[in-house]
Amino acid sequence: MKEFDYRKAPDVSGAVALLDADPDARYLAGGTNLVDLMKSGVERPARLVDVRQLPLDRIESTPDGGLRIGATVTNSDLAAHPGIRGRYPVLTQAVLAGASGQLRNMATVGGNLLQRTRCAYFTDTTKPCNKRDPGSGCPALGGEHHNHAILGASESCVAVHPSDMAVALAALDAVVHYETADGRGELPLDQLYPPVAGTPDRETALPAGALITGVSLPPLPVAARSRYRKVRERASYAFAIGSVAAALDIRDGIVRDARLAFGAVASRPWRARTAEQALIGAPATAETYAAAAEAELEAARPLPHNGYKVPLMRNLTVAVLSELDEEAAR
Amino acid sequence: MGLSTSSVITLHVNGEKHTLPVDHRTTLLDALRERLDLTGTKKGCDQGQCGACTVLVDGRRTVACLQFAVAAEGREITTIEGMATGGRLHPVQQAFLDLDGYQCGYCTPGQICSAIGMLAEHAAGWPSAASEDVRPAAGPAPLTPEEIRERMSGNLCRCSAYPSIVEAVARAADADDASSAADTSAQSGEAAA
Repeated sequence: MKEFDYRKAPDVSGAVALLDADPDARYLAGGTNLVDLMKSGVERPARLVDVRQLPLDRIESTPDGGLRIGATVTNSDLAAHPGIRGRYPVLTQAVLAGASGQLRNMATVGGNLLQRTRCAYFTDTTKPCNKRDPGSGCPALGGEHHNHAILGASESCVAVHPSDMAVALAALDAVVHYETADGRGELPLDQLYPPVAGTPDRETALPAGALITGVSLPPLPVAARSRYRKVRERASYAFAIGSVAAALDIRDGIVRDARLAFGAVASRPWRARTAEQALIGAPATAETYAAAAEAELEAARPLPHNGYKVPLMRNLTVAVLSELDEEAAR
Repeated sequence: MGLSTSSVITLHVNGEKHTLPVDHRTTLLDALRERLDLTGTKKGCDQGQCGACTVLVDGRRTVACLQFAVAAEGREITTIEGMATGGRLHPVQQAFLDLDGYQCGYCTPGQICSAIGMLAEHAAGWPSAASEDVRPAAGPAPLTPEEIRERMSGNLCRCSAYPSIVEAVARAADADDASSAADTSAQSGEAAA
């Protein structure tokens, strides 16, 4: 590991100033991803600015009736929060589906959003990778890609975003708040991760040096009936090969409102807006759910070894929506 | 601004203070084992995947391999060496002994530290991915074998002693219920919530 300077950020503006002055610096929060990447040589910061002790560890009500989650709230505290569990159960379920008890106690909300892909070529510095070393190529295209993207990928990169939490946040219309040396800003979560195109190394739309300070959730009555389901290669403590975050409001047998997002299928959490449009106003039946999933997945472009994800996502979507439908009927 | 690649830090481990110079690259795991001679905490994968290095930090279970020692300064660290009180084993330690919750023993300190942290989380009402309904109105999830397996999934056992580990954790949970679990606490979590 390369040697590095270490500073505890005194406050948000101090943290931002330290990063602004040093392009080789990185923010350190829970460290569950960054420390690992420093060990493997993928990340080689000259300075770490520790932000974990900043006063961003609260979950508070917002004037519009939503919630604002501080960036250094741990995954554990987020999942255990009564307001999240009661009003946005999909978010608690998504967070609890990720990592292990130990890692959730360390990891933070801001860090979770900025974690890097687990594509094995990205984390192996002896291999080419357009995300780590732009222009060097993508061995995943002709190599090991059974868990890579089927939606929104490009010839440059087919890696998937690993977060479960972000999939739920995408479905919930979350907004990301940040600060830079120039002041504060915000981005809808849906716009946090730009399309891959030819620049897979550009992973977020945040300005350089930005520190995520929090994530806000709008009041979203449809989220009261919501859930997250994750498929993985073992029962627990593994990244998704496909996941669905969904919220459904059914009245008189008709879908009145719906939120749907897919995980482990793209370089970002995939908000399934095409499917949502197909759902809203349609009869709440398994046929409607299947047609909506199929409409979304028409854009899928699977690789030779990940075609299984198309029927997987279709069936998972139908299953989750049917479960919510049954829950509504109880 | 000058760069410095080492610091003199004070670690609080098992109720004692240790002041030592560290290269910033030193993980908490290496500081405990190589500098403080607390070798009960084991190095398994060294990349956060096996749980052998689980220790409590401010009462919560964490993996020591993915934390830099310099970042752990000022936090209360409890390792397996700090779990017994006055020569009396912690109820979780005793249950692992009584029920053979191990084979080779390498993952055991991590399993025990993790179980102690996990029981505190459960006592604080935290749901898990195995919980049927996470909404507060559903009430706390009973600590079934399925819940124990899910909540302990961050600790791997290459000998696959899982059946006895699950029994030992269940026994400790019964014996111990609220009392010692509440001590090690997810209290800071309640405060943050």
